[in-house]
Amino acid sequence: MKAILIFAAVAALLPVFVTANTVLNFAVFTLIVALAAQGWNILGGFGGQYSFGHAAFFGIGAYAVAILQMRYGVNPYAAFAAGIALGGIVGAAIGAMTFRAGLRGSYFALVTLAFAEVFRVLANSLAFTGGAAGLLIPLDVRPENFQFASRAGFYWIGLGLVVLVLLLSLWLSRSRLGAHLVAVRENEAAARALGVDIFAVKLQAIALSGAITAAAGGFYAQYFLYIDSSIAYGTWISVEALLAPIIGGAGTVFGPVMGAILLHALGEATRHLFGRIPGVDLMLFGAVLILVVRYPPRNLWRRA
Amino acid sequence: MILDVQGATKRFGGLLAVDSASFTVAEASITGLIGPNGAGKTTLFAMIAGFETPSAGRVFFAGRDVTGRTAHLLARDGLARTFQIVQPFAGLSVRENIAVGAFLRHPRRADALAAADAVALRLGLGPMLDSQASSLTVAGRKRLELARALATEPRLILLDEVLAGLNPSEIRDIIPVIRGIRDGGVTVLMIEHVMQAVMNLCETVHVLAQGRIIAAGTPAEVVRDPAVIEAYLGPGAAQKLAAQKLAAQKLAAHG
Repeated sequence: MKAILIFAAVAALLPVFVTANTVLNFAVFTLIVALAAQGWNILGGFGGQYSFGHAAFFGIGAYAVAILQMRYGVNPYAAFAAGIALGGIVGAAIGAMTFRAGLRGSYFALVTLAFAEVFRVLANSLAFTGGAAGLLIPLDVRPENFQFASRAGFYWIGLGLVVLVLLLSLWLSRSRLGAHLVAVRENEAAARALGVDIFAVKLQAIALSGAITAAAGGFYAQYFLYIDSSIAYGTWISVEALLAPIIGGAGTVFGPVMGAILLHALGEATRHLFGRIPGVDLMLFGAVLILVVRYPPRNLWRRA
Repeated sequence: MILDVQGATKRFGGLLAVDSASFTVAEASITGLIGPNGAGKTTLFAMIAGFETPSAGRVFFAGRDVTGRTAHLLARDGLARTFQIVQPFAGLSVRENIAVGAFLRHPRRADALAAADAVALRLGLGPMLDSQASSLTVAGRKRLELARALATEPRLILLDEVLAGLNPSEIRDIIPVIRGIRDGGVTVLMIEHVMQAVMNLCETVHVLAQGRIIAAGTPAEVVRDPAVIEAYLGPGAAQKLAAQKLAAQKLAAHG
């Protein structure tokens, strides 16, 4: 709890000292990835159900925010809330199908990947979602319209969301649901014997997870004001959402945030050092992943 | 009768693992289920605890038909089990392991942790509460397995070979623990190969061989039962043993 408040206080001061748009842009983008990763961490980190397709939820949130505003004139904040709810609903629906069928491990991972791809192809071909051209949310810079003249406004909202989910994760890690989730991750048969309804537990986790990652997608759309299918449902976000928690410590409260910061700092640093060699940052991510899998940092900030 | 199994049968394809087994367990007793390897004891347990659905037959727990009821619901009803191959939550501490069981009756974390501590103390796991479950010895893991199941506050606990793999002094230590569970009001049904423990603890023993219940009675009765001797030692073994005994007696008389 104390660690979360200190993190929030320190991070909130960033725009006071730094006003360069490139830095704030980097910070907001890192927060978006952190938020998506926090969502993944609920299901994958605490619950041990590794999804390779969290882009499915990211995209739902992003498209909900864009479509509800542009086609139905819904207030952006309400659209954002609706996107979160939709992410939870889609999560529950995917969970109901896959977990009822008893899919686990690599089978579950592949099916989530397939869902994300199906959504991507649909969003790319339907006129309703803007097809391949994507959707451009009209610029209308007013705070009541969820658009801010300064990037600091977005930064603080993004930070607020990340801190909120940090608190939620902390609560989860101390709750009965959290204990049940970890039990499911560690050993399903033993969990059942102790009265854990593993289907219900996984379903709650994927709904919560989907809602949080959808929030990241909705925030992305509102910040960049442009999405297309390969951004919203792209593999990039599925990969980052799972890489950040694994690097930072899956199943920990701070892991996804630390991982996202580390990944993006490394990515930026390599781009500065090596210039724009395509893919050099991805090579570095790969090397970091190997190191982290070999030497899991789990206990560094386990008790946050 | 807290448990009444009527004609429980389990078929895996062409293999008849349990063949219409019927037996009962009296409330507040320690009842044993013994039998040679491969007799179907663990499968029978799995059917009772809701991990396998019987192909035929019925299971009554505390007077209610619970046939085919799934494991987590049975745990809520008050039927707990341990696993022959211990299944600790390896990444968690001993306290957290037990708390998963305690959360069943105590939704609040503080209550669940307090209940977990109490169970751990009863089972002699007090000093290990903060250790990782993966760091426990075999005997420690067996106790953890017991503690977790007990933390669900069951009425009936099924113990699947909790003594297997323990050395004689560890067995001696854990026998009073099992008796203590019963004295605390929990009925115990145990699969066990360690006959010293069965003779010591059980009031009634059911013998399963090749999927069938072939004998029942006090431990002293069943170990003399010719059908039981043959199940363990092969056909004709009972006769052979009796003949040997007779020969020895004759020899002694003549000598």
